[in-house]
Amino acid sequence: MDESRKEFWLNAVLLVGLFATPVIAMMIDEPFYVTLATRVAIFALAAVGLNLALGLGGMVSFGHALYFGLGGYVAGIMAHHAFSGMPMVFGLSGSDQMLAIWPVAMLLSGLVALVVGVLSLRTSGIFFIMITLAFAQMAYYFAIGWPTYGGEDGLPILVRNQFPGLNTLQTWHMFLLAYGALVIALAVFAMLRNARFGAALMAIRQNPERVAAVGISPFGIKLAAFVISGMITGLAGAMMADLNRFVSPSMLSWHVSGELIVICILGGVGRLFGPLAGAAIFVGFEVIFGGLTQHWQFWLGLVLLAVVLFARGGVIGIIAGRERHG
Amino acid sequence: MSLALFIEQLLNGVQFGLMLFLMAAGLTLVFGVMGLINLAHGSLYMIGAFICAGVAAATGNFWIGLAAGVAAAAAAGAIIEMTVIRRLYDRDHLDQVLATFALILILSEGTSMLFGPFPLYLSRPDSLAGTVHLGFGFNYSLYRLALIGFGIAVAVGMWLLITRTQLGVRIRAGESDREMIAALGVNIKALYTVVFALGAALAGLAGALVGSIQSVQVGMGEPVLILAFVVIVIGGIGSIKGALVGALLVGVIDTMGRFLLPRLFDLLFDAGRATDIGAAIASMLIYMLMALVLILRPKGLFPAHG
Repeated sequence: MDESRKEFWLNAVLLVGLFATPVIAMMIDEPFYVTLATRVAIFALAAVGLNLALGLGGMVSFGHALYFGLGGYVAGIMAHHAFSGMPMVFGLSGSDQMLAIWPVAMLLSGLVALVVGVLSLRTSGIFFIMITLAFAQMAYYFAIGWPTYGGEDGLPILVRNQFPGLNTLQTWHMFLLAYGALVIALAVFAMLRNARFGAALMAIRQNPERVAAVGISPFGIKLAAFVISGMITGLAGAMMADLNRFVSPSMLSWHVSGELIVICILGGVGRLFGPLAGAAIFVGFEVIFGGLTQHWQFWLGLVLLAVVLFARGGVIGIIAGRERHG
Repeated sequence: MSLALFIEQLLNGVQFGLMLFLMAAGLTLVFGVMGLINLAHGSLYMIGAFICAGVAAATGNFWIGLAAGVAAAAAAGAIIEMTVIRRLYDRDHLDQVLATFALILILSEGTSMLFGPFPLYLSRPDSLAGTVHLGFGFNYSLYRLALIGFGIAVAVGMWLLITRTQLGVRIRAGESDREMIAALGVNIKALYTVVFALGAALAGLAGALVGSIQSVQVGMGEPVLILAFVVIVIGGIGSIKGALVGALLVGVIDTMGRFLLPRLFDLLFDAGRATDIGAAIASMLIYMLMALVLILRPKGLFPAHG
């Protein structure tokens, strides 16, 4: 079996496996695993966003917690105002409808990513890593210091936001939403990667001068990818806040940025299903080793170190072989 | 607001800046010479503080603890360099970020396994307790003043090391052309280990010194690490002079911002929470400064390589 076929079957197993986990969990009456599968789907969604910038565009953003947390705060703040009846800025009222929250979360994340991208993409290498980190840290400290929405204590979402036709209070329905969003995001990722846009983006990662020489502006393409990347991660943040019914500055912390990169790398950076494989490993690790020892992150560190030093293609790379180009 | 309070805050800012310099100097050397982004630098700071606290508690002498903390951080740095870091020099920044992020997880959790989850307390040495009179009826903590002295001594020592010694010549040569000095017969592997251990020793020194003002706990290195990165990005990565200027800028602006902005907001706006908002913005100040510097001078204030 050639390697791309192996990767296809591996992807299929991942996608079906993620769907089967909550179904089986409900049959054997273990609702905990439904929540777990939902967490995997949402982390994978966030990492699909990052994978667009990191994997295809080679932009090492160490600040994607900014969009994750921003999405979370949009969900939290809109629900907060819907609940209290107080208007938000410009007299707009809040909302407890996910269909209203998600576009706002994506739009705001996209706008912030646009500003951050315009300023950061002037730099490269370590400077890009550090300036994206700096913007996320600004938001983190602002969220801690800003008292209106809970400051350091965070903001609870008293009743999970609504989606027409579903009962979001049931975790299974929440899973369906997250799974649906993940599948759509993966489709968008695949579409972008196979389009001329993706070809240009990957070419820029390898050699920006050549791409500029054939008349394509590397800056515009990278900026577009960065904005879409932020929007997808922002949507994931809004969903994660609703799943936890809580949003706090810790969603904006640099640990989250690091963990999103870890998820991308564990799975296989630039691979379509790398984020899903990585998120499954990450959450699985947390559950399995977290149940055995409170020092599970020690073992996560060792595994991560081994992957970086010895298995650079990530898990999908180990099973399906290295990509021949890229 | 009295003048004495203002001067006290300013000195606190300088003291904070000099401690950041100890962290940033190692970080910027390692990047300048080896081209490596080391996120685990904060863990070496933590190791210095933990060993200092442990040994000081066992022997009852702060200075023995301090020496042990610095030695332990240097040894840990050398071991980490020889086992892990050495494999990362030829890798891209992404691999370096990830591998050293993994090292943070390992070292933080490892420390918490060894020392337990509770913070340790490290008290300042008796000889440096109390305050010192600086004129105009103004008293300042003797220990913090000693920290300023330590910082200045290290800065001068670094300058002498880089400009006046054989090792300094090699370090400067390594910064400008790695292949060439290897070709000239310098043992580049040993040089890298020494530079890394030197940076680690400085981080351990900072951790041990600051540990007795704050509590010694797992994760204490992370906020300092991020600030040290802000410092070297502002100063220009690879430049010791840039690290010193950047560290003083960050230390003073952060401390004075937290001190002055809430008061300023309180004067300008009379909304009930103006003080809180001032404080929130003050904590963002240095990141704004860093973004501004990068936008205006993408390679920092003192670019090391043209």
